[in-house]
Amino acid sequence: MSTTAQSASSSLASGSATSHGSENHLAPELQLRIHELMLKARVLEERLITMYRQGDGYFWIGGPGEEAFNVPLGLLADKGTGLQHDYLHLHYRSSATLLALGADPVDALRQMKNTATDPYSRGRNFAGHYSARKWNVAPVSSPIEVQYSIAPGTAMAQRAVGSKGITIVTGGDAGSAEGDFATCLVWSSRKGHELPILILVTNNQYGISTPWDGQHGEARVSDRGKAFGMPTATVDGNDVETSWAALKKAMDYVRTERKPYLLEAMVSRLNGHSSASGANFVTTEVDCLARFEKKLEERKLRTRSEMDDMRARFTEELLEASKRVREEPQPKPESIWDYVFADKNYVAGES
Amino acid sequence: MATMIQAIRMALHVGEERLGVTDIFGEDVGPPLGGVFTGTQSLKTAWNTPLDERGVIGMAIGLALAGRRPVAEIQFCDYAFNTIDLLKIAGNTYWASAGDWNVPMVMMTPVGAGIRGSIYHSHSFDAQATRTPGWKIVMPSNPRDAYGLMLSAIVDPNPVMFLKPKALLRVKALPGEEIPGEPGDLKTLSKMIDAPIGEARNKWKPEWPKLEELYIPIGKARTAREGRDVTVLTYGRNVPMAVAAADELASSEKIEVEVIDLRSLHPYDWDAIKASVKKTHRVLCVNEDTEVTNFGEHLIRRVVEELFYELYAPPKLLAGAHIPGIGLSDNLEQASVPQKEGIKNALRELARHEP
Repeated sequence: MSTTAQSASSSLASGSATSHGSENHLAPELQLRIHELMLKARVLEERLITMYRQGDGYFWIGGPGEEAFNVPLGLLADKGTGLQHDYLHLHYRSSATLLALGADPVDALRQMKNTATDPYSRGRNFAGHYSARKWNVAPVSSPIEVQYSIAPGTAMAQRAVGSKGITIVTGGDAGSAEGDFATCLVWSSRKGHELPILILVTNNQYGISTPWDGQHGEARVSDRGKAFGMPTATVDGNDVETSWAALKKAMDYVRTERKPYLLEAMVSRLNGHSSASGANFVTTEVDCLARFEKKLEERKLRTRSEMDDMRARFTEELLEASKRVREEPQPKPESIWDYVFADKNYVAGES
Repeated sequence: MATMIQAIRMALHVGEERLGVTDIFGEDVGPPLGGVFTGTQSLKTAWNTPLDERGVIGMAIGLALAGRRPVAEIQFCDYAFNTIDLLKIAGNTYWASAGDWNVPMVMMTPVGAGIRGSIYHSHSFDAQATRTPGWKIVMPSNPRDAYGLMLSAIVDPNPVMFLKPKALLRVKALPGEEIPGEPGDLKTLSKMIDAPIGEARNKWKPEWPKLEELYIPIGKARTAREGRDVTVLTYGRNVPMAVAAADELASSEKIEVEVIDLRSLHPYDWDAIKASVKKTHRVLCVNEDTEVTNFGEHLIRRVVEELFYELYAPPKLLAGAHIPGIGLSDNLEQASVPQKEGIKNALRELARHEP
């Protein structure tokens, strides 16, 4: 029952394909909410890049270009702690999902500045490497695909206890070449032991500098799911309503059927791979935020000047926050010895 | 008087009945086989996985993050090498997330030579394991310790690697190595818990003895043999080998060797090491892993740094040859990893060395 929507050709990401969501508008309040979160996520990434450039951080990596897909993901997930809620195994382009879950953007600045107040890693990890057990967000790690091997474990646990929650795992197209991606497909679809897991791939068509086309013979990453009997789809992840509908459909399936679903979203990579490649804005790829703002204008939900004002306000707020974060303490050298071994089983509810 | 593999099976049984173990899994771990060494026979939470070691470790991490109590097996440690970055993640998750997520999992895997396992069933893993911070590493040398260390591993909130010395898995316990609650006689125990071979297995049910809980603390060594002349720091398969070598030297040459069975490689019992070295002033480290960047080298480095003026002889390491594999022929295998005669020679040399 493949529901593959569109070709995964580069035309999708460049925006020449027809948007599927246009006939299927979301409620106006929801559109406005999504827009606000997308804008905040974008401004957050811009602030992080600026911090990097000004020496307030050593490395930037993030998700400008994935907001149209990642905000709906965060809004649709069943947020909470423990087995009865969704588990999220994200990657380092997931800031928009975190904001949609309710994360404070200032905490992302703290991680960028590697302060002792960084709640995700206490100054230990790169920007965008989130961890939030209160929302079942597993720690993001730099190896690009290991989450695909780990996610079946939380799904297996949910299956074992008859939870209504599902497991959501996301990664990129380049990393789908790793064995972990095959692991995820194999372990999610064992006969009689199918797992409630939504397997996502945000396909930006690059691995650092290497184009997808030269390395992958498969037409779509999502096609790989077909061999395992799971429903699959490839959609335009630059379109908010298409993304929302595709995620909703896939999540409903996984929630109801308790079986895996593979969804590939064609997205843009608007500031390159990371600060290592300059982090400059690219004008040759579709900007999902600009595209959504144009729609909101056309639909008379928000005027250009309202949106400009919002952007200016968020930019100013994060600028001020970054100044405050700059004054927050760095971790103490002796703190390297903290959290090597746990003395309690926190994940099982001990505290 | 259980064998080590029976002891491990009984510990896992206690684990799933009383200590919250939810999943015991790996390749051929579930029915019908119950593990290639029978270590997981008849366990109610044991299940078979695809032949994918990365998947096995990933599954264990995921189950642990979700608050379950997984025990994952890698069928031979020789096949754990493609899981190393996942082992790293299990070890660094609590630290990287600054205490947000602990990872309560056990990974068990048979290690070492001694069963004529040739190139891919003879590897050791202690050097790799001890280079993976964030893990606790244990390795028993007898059934009682195997039982008690496994129970400690199961209740630990951190990832614990349980290295099974495969040459000792079928060796019977010695007096003093009983597991509390097991029948004293191996035949009786075997009838109770070892599944019959063939068709009869399908209808058969084990009769588990009324086992008591016994926790061997992680991080505590055991003095396997007392002596005043030389200290052996060792673990796993080489413990009974070193004790046998020591017994022979005592009767033939009046050399009294102290054998420290580390049991835990990380954290390890520095107090016990220090006390023994201060008594004997001579140190031999013995293990089967290849000798370059070997855990014994670390122990020697620390002995030299902290106990230099206690030493009457340069510390020695007897370890596996630094070669790419262990050959099948007896001659090749024995020339590749420490044997009793080699241990005796090294001890003799150390005992006779005068500063």
